[in-house]
Amino acid sequence: MTQPLVMGAVAYAPKVVTIWEGFKAWFRDQGLEFDFVLYSNYERQVEAQFDGTLHLAWNSPLAWVRAERMARARGLEVAAVAMRDTDQDLSSVLVVRQDGPADRTALVGKRVGFGAIDSPQATLIPLDHLRQAGLVAGRDYTARRFDVLGGKHGDHIGGERDAAQALMAGEIDAAWMIDGNYLAFANEGVLPSGATRILARTGLYDHCNFTVSPGAPSELIGRFIELLLGMSWDDPAVRPLLELEGLRAWRPGRTSGYAALDRAVDDEAFYDAEGKILAADYRY
Amino acid sequence: MPPTIDIDSLGFDAGAHLVVKLALGRVAVGEVLEVRGQGEGWQGPLAAWCRSQGHPVAFEDGGDGRPCARITRGAVQAGRWRGAAATGAIDPGADGAVRAEADARWGLAARGATVEAGSPAFAFRLTRREDVWADSAATLYAEAVAAQWNADTAIDWQAPCDLPDEVEDAVVQVMTYMVENENAALVVPARFLGQLHPHFREVQALLAIQVADEARHIDVFTRRIALKGRQPGLSTAGGQASLKTLVDEPDFSTAQFLLAVLGEGTFVSLLNFLHHHAPDPVTRQIARLAARDEARHVAFGMAHLGQHIALEPALLARLGNAVEARYEHLAGTSGLNEEVFDALILLAAGSSEPAAIAAGYARVQELLQDMARGREARLAKLGFQGESARRLASLHTRNFM
Ligand SMILES: [Fe+2]
Ligand SMILES: [Fe+2]
Repeated sequence: MTQPLVMGAVAYAPKVVTIWEGFKAWFRDQGLEFDFVLYSNYERQVEAQFDGTLHLAWNSPLAWVRAERMARARGLEVAAVAMRDTDQDLSSVLVVRQDGPADRTALVGKRVGFGAIDSPQATLIPLDHLRQAGLVAGRDYTARRFDVLGGKHGDHIGGERDAAQALMAGEIDAAWMIDGNYLAFANEGVLPSGATRILARTGLYDHCNFTVSPGAPSELIGRFIELLLGMSWDDPAVRPLLELEGLRAWRPGRTSGYAALDRAVDDEAFYDAEGKILAADYRY
Repeated sequence: MPPTIDIDSLGFDAGAHLVVKLALGRVAVGEVLEVRGQGEGWQGPLAAWCRSQGHPVAFEDGGDGRPCARITRGAVQAGRWRGAAATGAIDPGADGAVRAEADARWGLAARGATVEAGSPAFAFRLTRREDVWADSAATLYAEAVAAQWNADTAIDWQAPCDLPDEVEDAVVQVMTYMVENENAALVVPARFLGQLHPHFREVQALLAIQVADEARHIDVFTRRIALKGRQPGLSTAGGQASLKTLVDEPDFSTAQFLLAVLGEGTFVSLLNFLHHHAPDPVTRQIARLAARDEARHVAFGMAHLGQHIALEPALLARLGNAVEARYEHLAGTSGLNEEVFDALILLAAGSSEPAAIAAGYARVQELLQDMARGREARLAKLGFQGESARRLASLHTRNFM
């Protein structure tokens, strides 16, 4: 058997097994030997990109930021080669109750709900958004974290839902969530119709990408990308895989959507410039 | 100017996505829809919705100080339905509505629905129309629905019913035998029901209500057994061996032939006999109601076989062989349980007085002749010629069902 391409992924939910088993079978049918290793957290996965275990990894945006920092510190390079169409140009929204703060300045002295400590969309990028507007957690407002499953970089929806519920229960004055979850929570009835307002919205950012490890075999990677970008939603054999992974089409990777997160990682002292973990109360 | 809609202050926590979706439905793939709104922060959820549906969206200044979203209708929806299957039509009388062969991948979809390519294949065994169909299935189903009866109110369970002990015992034995036979009549269509492709919805409905009919019969016969505090009587190996050949029959048409045309047809005679000669009003009422149901079951079997034989004349010979084979198979068994035969005499006699017994015996003889004549007539109607109809009618199991 030829050497397979080995990819890392984080098992943030049981369906992850179904997803990658499906992709593995499909890649194999297309003649590409492919295997995957599951991690319980992104930190260990990114570290495995530098010890020869993984040729590439399905990384959260925060994992990408760390991988890039670790590579730079070692004089190496990583590359973001592909991403989901649904992971481009996302935004997070700050939701308040209808009778809540009127605008951002009214957040002073209030309790603002965030997601997990390592969530780009519900914590780090929102912290950056408020900081850019002159509002710093702990100084100007109280940050309440809704931590679910550390190390999953906010992939688990639970923290954002807990924050939305706390908002409706009056335990906090505002809650951050990714724009898509605002729709999901409205559909679920967690955010009753007309009971809330959107007070602020972050700039656009990108989410996950396939990050190629330094020194990965370029031919295998090239074939992988070619097959990936060729996956068609119109193909009934492929569509279930895309639906499960939540996309319509794979797009070539880009790194233009990570600036706000990169800034937040420095400002909130999450990683240092070499990708070392600084956040003291981060458990994964 | 692209079409424009204004969602005004309708929020995405209040159904705004549906307004956008309906408007996009009126725009061609690749064309643009402009959306204006004036709630706070409506762009975020709109963008999220567009992303999840595969519609590119861009925001620009609407000119009036309000932002305007330009949504380009994506091809995702169209992509999903490429290669989708057409599955006939609702009205079974329309041309091409009921297909000759139902595809496994049509699965559980309503007949006539458009089924997405890549839907899972269901292992329904009965997928050929001619193997299961009868044009009158829908009509027979409608008649069955209209003729459903409630055992609590349709039968006067309080009616006087004080029989001599040995006559009550005879009634209980006959009812015990009926329950056993009704179990076969329930299990056989129920098994085919689970194997029938739902495309043949009218046959599916008919089998389903037939199963419900049989459940009701089992219920009322059981309640008659318990009416005077008795437990069920005897069940013989021969009787069950005869019924087992029905339950084991894998071919739908052969099973319809053996069970409906020959078995249930014979049972209509038996139920009519009980309706007229049973010694108590409860048994007479039960028999009358059950006989009406059984007549419908026979009618479906006759209708299906009539059509199937017309399409495939060789089926007739196969059915004849099935009767012969069943006869040979059961040759070593005792057939109708002696207890049942004697119980029928006693039941029709109403007492153990010799004169009454003689009358009961004569009635049972008449019953057997009536059963044989009925079978012969139905066989002739299906196309069996004179002597062959008579012979096959006589080979039918002595267990009646
Ligand atoms: Fe019955
Ligand atoms: Fe029946």
